[in-house]
Amino acid sequence: MALTREQIENIAHLARLELQPAELAVYQQSLSSIFDFVGELNKADVTSVAPMAHPLPGQSQRLRADVVTETDRHEINQQNAPQVAAGLYLVPKVIE
Amino acid sequence: MKTHTLSLTQLAKGLRAKEYSSVELVRSFLDRIDAHQPTLNAMVTVLREPALVAAQAADKDLAAGRGGPLTGLPIVHKDLFCTEGVLTTCGSHMLDNFVSPYDATVVAKLKSAGAITVAKANMDEFAMGSSNETSYFGPVRNPWNTDLVPGGSSGGSAVAVAARLAPAATATDTGGSIRQPAALCGVTGIKPTYGRVSRYGMIAFASSLDQGGVITTSAADAALIMREMSGFDPNDSTSVDIPVPDYVADLDAPLAGLKIGLLKEFFDKGLDAENEKRIRDALAVYERLGAKLQEVSLPNLPLSVPAYYVVAPAECSSNLARFDGVRFGHRAKDPRDLMDLYKRSRGEGFGAEVKRRIMTGTYVLSAGYYDAYYLKAQKVRQLIADDFKRAFGNVDVLMGPTTPTAAFPLGDKTSDPITMYLNDIYTIGANLAGLPAMSIPCGFVGGLPVGLQIVGPHFSEGKLLNAAHAFQRETDWHSKVPERFS
Repeated sequence: MALTREQIENIAHLARLELQPAELAVYQQSLSSIFDFVGELNKADVTSVAPMAHPLPGQSQRLRADVVTETDRHEINQQNAPQVAAGLYLVPKVIE
Repeated sequence: MKTHTLSLTQLAKGLRAKEYSSVELVRSFLDRIDAHQPTLNAMVTVLREPALVAAQAADKDLAAGRGGPLTGLPIVHKDLFCTEGVLTTCGSHMLDNFVSPYDATVVAKLKSAGAITVAKANMDEFAMGSSNETSYFGPVRNPWNTDLVPGGSSGGSAVAVAARLAPAATATDTGGSIRQPAALCGVTGIKPTYGRVSRYGMIAFASSLDQGGVITTSAADAALIMREMSGFDPNDSTSVDIPVPDYVADLDAPLAGLKIGLLKEFFDKGLDAENEKRIRDALAVYERLGAKLQEVSLPNLPLSVPAYYVVAPAECSSNLARFDGVRFGHRAKDPRDLMDLYKRSRGEGFGAEVKRRIMTGTYVLSAGYYDAYYLKAQKVRQLIADDFKRAFGNVDVLMGPTTPTAAFPLGDKTSDPITMYLNDIYTIGANLAGLPAMSIPCGFVGGLPVGLQIVGPHFSEGKLLNAAHAFQRETDWHSKVPERFS
């Protein structure tokens, strides 16, 4: 399966990745070969198979009680933020 | 005194017997880490000062007869485990300035058992790689031959143990990332059952496949660590609430009557002939110990690599959406607007392989393709899990090679992703089915280690460790150290 350059650009946009022109060509080639490779899955007869929902049979996602269990650690957490002011994360203006 | 070639179990005894102090022990391993860092590049961060402070405290505990089973013993953590107040990079430019505000559950558990973190190990970026060449901090080199790769993604962890820079290192396995580097470096690695070890504080790659484990020089040492790191954690919604057996106490159970299945699909044309001989020799050891061998076929297993390269990238694209340049991680300079901030922060912060997997995953989850790829892969995954289940109706464990070949040269497989992906052809099945699996050293080909893989039913870690330990009592492959590091 050959992906076009436009398809790669669209995938990169959906994934919010800026790619350099040289990268586009590389990914066009390697993603095409990856999708050829995973095309082997079509060999399997899966007509009556339910998709796996959990690696352990009979397990499902556990829920916890809806109560506050954590303390406010925003000051510690924000030490990793690129830009903060007054306890808020700063981003470029989104509303003109 | 030469302590670096002793096992974790021996070192624990030596500390209790006051043959050496924790400060002496920790300092000697730190000195080895520093001495070999330029050659091997096994670490991202070395924690000399905090480790020595912790060792002083450990010596006080030991003198007073206090402390846990691992008190005073040095350990390395893969740089994917969050460590409070310490750089946690996941091998990526995206997180090269990230200081974790909390400890992963595995880190906290091992700390409370007394272990001392001496360094954070290098790894493939976000655990995506099979050669440790995708790390932002440069490749790790194989101590058996530094022109060769150590395997990945837990390459730094495997090399740390193989070169005796630490007696144990935590690691993670999404498609073989504990077992494959353990095999290529000649050390013992265990990937537990999905849900056995908490994933809280492990930076997520593919959440339905990721599982933390450990790399050591022997199964007995792995049992010692596994006993401490396993168990239920309310902070991980996929953690399973069943008791942790005493893996150490179960090590010496006799193997007589053990039914071993030889995976027909693992002895295929891709397996190097010399590697196959070492595996067959290892199986003969098990026969001598009273085990019974029989061939087993898992007809859907050849589809495990294609299924994995849909499921894992899909989950990766979703998990790595959190890196947006806003709350933590790399942020591009002077963004024009929010979209530019997202795209350039991610474009600059992620390396080539990570971007490839994010895009693969984005495509298979995008409108119109979900059924054709993701849903189909999850169905194939169920077929593979059913194959394993059927096999375990007839045998206790499955055995075969961990990898098709011994370690390969740096740069050999970087140009073609599929060739690299196929290196995990024997390991991925256990991840897809959530099964525990180990790799143990079983000989050498051309001076390079070969790994025997053992796979068991869910929660059979005790049986795997028992089988591995029995082999290691009969053989000494696991105690071989590369000459330069002995």
